[in-house]
Amino acid sequence: MDLLNHLSTHWNYLGCITLMMIGLYIAISRGNLVKKIMGVNIFQASVILLYVSMGKVKGGTAPILIDGRSDVIFSNPVPHVLMLTAIVVGVASTALGLALVVRIKEAYGTVEEDEIVALDRAEERRALATEGVESTDVQGGGGKA
Amino acid sequence: MTDAVTVHHAATEALSFRDHLPALQVLLPLMGAPLCFLLRKAALVSFFTVAISFACLAISLTLLGQTMGGEILIYEFGSWPRPFGIEYRVDITNSFVLVVISLVAAVVFAAGPGQARRSIPVGREYLFYSAALLCLTGLLGVTITGDVFNVFVFMEISSLSSYILIALGRERRALMAAFTYLIMGTIGATFLLIGIGLMYQMTGTLNMVDMAVRLQAVSDTRTILVAVAFVIVGISTKLAVFPLHQWLPNAYSEAPPIVSAFLAATATKVAYYLLLRFTLGLFGAALIFDQIGIDILLMPLSVLAMFVGSIAAIYQTDFKRILAYSSIAQIGYMTLGLSLATEAGVAAGLIHLFNHALMKGALFMVAACVMWRMGSTHIDVMRGLGQRMPITMAAFVAAGLALVGVPGTAGFVSKWALVTAALENEAFFIAFLIMASSVLAVVYIWRLVEIVYFSEPETDFEVKEAPLRMLIPTWTLAGMTIWFGLFSGFSVEVAEAAAKQLFVGLAGAGA
Repeated sequence: MDLLNHLSTHWNYLGCITLMMIGLYIAISRGNLVKKIMGVNIFQASVILLYVSMGKVKGGTAPILIDGRSDVIFSNPVPHVLMLTAIVVGVASTALGLALVVRIKEAYGTVEEDEIVALDRAEERRALATEGVESTDVQGGGGKA
Repeated sequence: MTDAVTVHHAATEALSFRDHLPALQVLLPLMGAPLCFLLRKAALVSFFTVAISFACLAISLTLLGQTMGGEILIYEFGSWPRPFGIEYRVDITNSFVLVVISLVAAVVFAAGPGQARRSIPVGREYLFYSAALLCLTGLLGVTITGDVFNVFVFMEISSLSSYILIALGRERRALMAAFTYLIMGTIGATFLLIGIGLMYQMTGTLNMVDMAVRLQAVSDTRTILVAVAFVIVGISTKLAVFPLHQWLPNAYSEAPPIVSAFLAATATKVAYYLLLRFTLGLFGAALIFDQIGIDILLMPLSVLAMFVGSIAAIYQTDFKRILAYSSIAQIGYMTLGLSLATEAGVAAGLIHLFNHALMKGALFMVAACVMWRMGSTHIDVMRGLGQRMPITMAAFVAAGLALVGVPGTAGFVSKWALVTAALENEAFFIAFLIMASSVLAVVYIWRLVEIVYFSEPETDFEVKEAPLRMLIPTWTLAGMTIWFGLFSGFSVEVAEAAAKQLFVGLAGAGA
């Protein structure tokens, strides 16, 4: 009962945590690079919600001074302002992430992580194979000499 | 303890040029980055970048000189007093880290983009320098600021520009490495942001000193415990503490070696400073060690990092990859210093921060020289390079010996300090493990030495010594690892004074 009470008065945290977990889960579990970025985005959005709801004061209004009135309750604007910066940071990292995805698509022809890993592995195997040929050549040459 | 500290409030007195140095430290590279766009010409921009980074070095050395005696400089932006405005707060700890960052930046930037030049379209070199300066701005900003939200913003500035720099690597794998680092780095920074939010919720302030004072009253609440967890996990991701290190080997080995030289020597160091600042400075040693027992968690992780990093390094076939894995082990030494929970331990961590920056910088510069001449850093192409690039390879031996911890090199000084600190704690087993993991470093360094000096070159084509522009930075760093091994007075003294001040905590310092 106590827990339920707690949740009903702190439902904003419940929302944040749910979003946070959804975002984090997508970022970890999805192999599609664009979906990964979306997951991180959702994760960041949950933090923005956390801050914004933190600054809300019950019955508070926008923090604008009104002449002749000193009994007005204001919401705390600081967390809101902080989140403006965090949104900018989030947009910048999303843009950079998507730009990287475009380059990855150009270089690999796919944005699926497992396919990229497979391509890298194949490349490594090829490099190892040619290397093996080279080294046997060298040994063969040494034997003749 | 506090009355010995004299605080210098810049904003309350008539300002001279000297008082603006803390602001200029960050503003110079920040303003320089967009100016690169205007200068455009590669040679001009390169000269400009080097000039700015040397100016940063001069400023940080001046700041270190001013704070050496335990003085604390406060720079209030717009003269807004604490806790309303953002302030820069320079004490001996962060001025020491500022010197490390700007020193490495000045030396490494002087070498130019190196191999990365081939990944940059002709005529667009200014973008490289612009990103490099932004990265420097972020790293310096994280270190100098006295405001927790500012830490997050600067951290993201440095991270975003480092993702760009890493993506310039030669292989297409560099793109994937940069992307993975971006995801991990963003999650890490967001964790830190959550932690900061929870701390703000309990204290209503973002100023570090103000927050540290207010945190004492609420330090036993669950919110603060959760905040501690978020902050430490967030910073540890950036620091690449053992289980969170997955991004590092790929990022540092796929990035252009010049970029690795800069990032390996600075980015993780700044994260280590941040870990010390938040744990010891903000939360305080009592909360971190006595109440939560972070040392109990950090010690096994550090030891694991020392061994996993070194053993993985032994099995790599690429010079840069060996260095990247060895970085994980070296970060283990630094966090081990913190986990000893004593002044001597933290001092050892700080000494290693300085020394490791020098030797890893030098080693990655060697990798840059090899990459420049050979087009690869695979250990097979390094066969017999001892005869073909003798000066570069001599620098490799000098810095490699330092990495092992041979007496007379900087690495010995920090390992000696760490072992002494462990013995002081009567952690004999830990002291033994430190020495045992050094033996592993001998294995991977000796393996390279053997390849470089005692094997026949595979190819017949003529290989020249690296260009002077890259050799001078390489030897500057390699020379310093020997210099600070022989004359360790400066680094040890500063680190010990810094550790002492860190343990007082921000709340205790009264400034």
